[in-house]
Amino acid sequence: MTAGQLRISGLNHRFGYQRVLENIELTVKANEAVAIVGPSGCGKTTLLNLAAGLLTPWEGRIANGFARPAMMFQQPRLLPWKRTLDNIAFGLKAQGVATEQRNAEATRLALKMGLTGEDLDKFPNALSGGMQSRAALARAFVVQPDLLLLDEAFSALDIGLKSELYALLAAERAEHGSAVLMITHDLMEAIRLADRILVMAGTPGRIVAEHSIATPLAERDEAWVFHHTAKFIRWPDIRTAFGLPTP
Amino acid sequence: MKWRSGLIQEWATSTGNYLWSGWGSLASLCLFMAIWTLTAQGFGPLILPTPLEALSTLARLFQAGEAGPEILITARRALAGFGLSVAVGSLLGLAAGVSLTASMMARPIITVLVGMPPIAWLILALLWFGAGDGTPIFTVFIACFPIIFVGAMQGTRTLDGQLKEVAQMFGLSTWMKLTDVYLPHVVSYLFPAWIAALGMSWKIVVMAELLSTEDGIGAALAVSRSHLDTAASMAWIVALVGTLLAIEYLLLEPLKRKVESWRTL
Repeated sequence: MTAGQLRISGLNHRFGYQRVLENIELTVKANEAVAIVGPSGCGKTTLLNLAAGLLTPWEGRIANGFARPAMMFQQPRLLPWKRTLDNIAFGLKAQGVATEQRNAEATRLALKMGLTGEDLDKFPNALSGGMQSRAALARAFVVQPDLLLLDEAFSALDIGLKSELYALLAAERAEHGSAVLMITHDLMEAIRLADRILVMAGTPGRIVAEHSIATPLAERDEAWVFHHTAKFIRWPDIRTAFGLPTP
Repeated sequence: MKWRSGLIQEWATSTGNYLWSGWGSLASLCLFMAIWTLTAQGFGPLILPTPLEALSTLARLFQAGEAGPEILITARRALAGFGLSVAVGSLLGLAAGVSLTASMMARPIITVLVGMPPIAWLILALLWFGAGDGTPIFTVFIACFPIIFVGAMQGTRTLDGQLKEVAQMFGLSTWMKLTDVYLPHVVSYLFPAWIAALGMSWKIVVMAELLSTEDGIGAALAVSRSHLDTAASMAWIVALVGTLLAIEYLLLEPLKRKVESWRTL
């Protein structure tokens, strides 16, 4: 196992007799953002859960050398019986950080991410969906993860909130240099955020193409993203993976 | 000291608010009393004394110093059995809920325990423990246990798998998993079970006392029955139900609302 690196090699996975992942090879280096795109049901979430250690692989090796991985799920998954502040500070509590210190850190980060002091005192079900997502992102950031796993974390949000959270993610990455492994079915999101895009096709899930983006994150403005996405979507590999008619 | 007075104040206000919101129940209680009085007037005091007669008999029993100690004895037995089953039932139920195998194995045993009539346990307890505290406490314990066990087990089994993943992702210690993830969820299954078991314990303890002991409300009921003293019997019943209501509404309900405050928001 190499420190500061996630390496998946020769991974096969099945649920019962159904093969869901076949021969996956994947490496995420420190500081790198890797996006996995693919149609719904192609095994992306399974792959991420395997990488997170939430599932045990059927065959193959997963070596996670990152010390503090954090995961953000498709739903905020805040604990309904904890006030927002306690939810955000939850990871710190698990690490054994003292109450005052963890509350101070969680408050500082939450305020930076657009939550108000009033929100922090509420229970999650009294928050709007957008505020819940912010809280979930803050909960992942507060532990200063060196690997951030994102499971379609932004897919249910409106475009304004999305771009705001993208900016927060970029700022956090710039500050702490965390690596990111994200799965999404939104090509634009992958192109905006990732250094490397892996395309997955379904039944059984396998990686069919890889695409690197050299343009630095800061230079990817909206026009660039639109242009690049339009180009990307014309690729034959992408079209077959998503079942689009090939011209 | 400061937090303690704060806690008492909080308890007083929340209980006060709760009772104040209870005018509707008070009205239905008054209606019940009215029907009781009407029926009593129709049948005469030998069959059914009026509520006022029952209450004044109870007051007389209190003044004579008879009611207080008997109520305390009964309450002690009921609460001992109840407390025992809360401790054992909640713990074992939690443990059984965590493991699928354990909960499958527990199911038939629980069915047997629920199906077994308390009177049968009482007979066995009489043989095992004889007359004294042991018999009513054991009978209460064994009758309440399956209710609480099932509540705790169901609560544990129904915890959202997504939250379990969150707990695993953050690398929670077993203790934190228990106190921050499992218990807050399980409590909303446990409280109804505890309240049901508390009601049960009060009924069982009187039955056990009536048949096995020389003191307590049950024994007092046996004496008043043999004297054909309907007013005293009614007075003891009122005392019994009154204590149960007091414990449920002054202790368990405020506690439940405090613990479950996140639900109402």
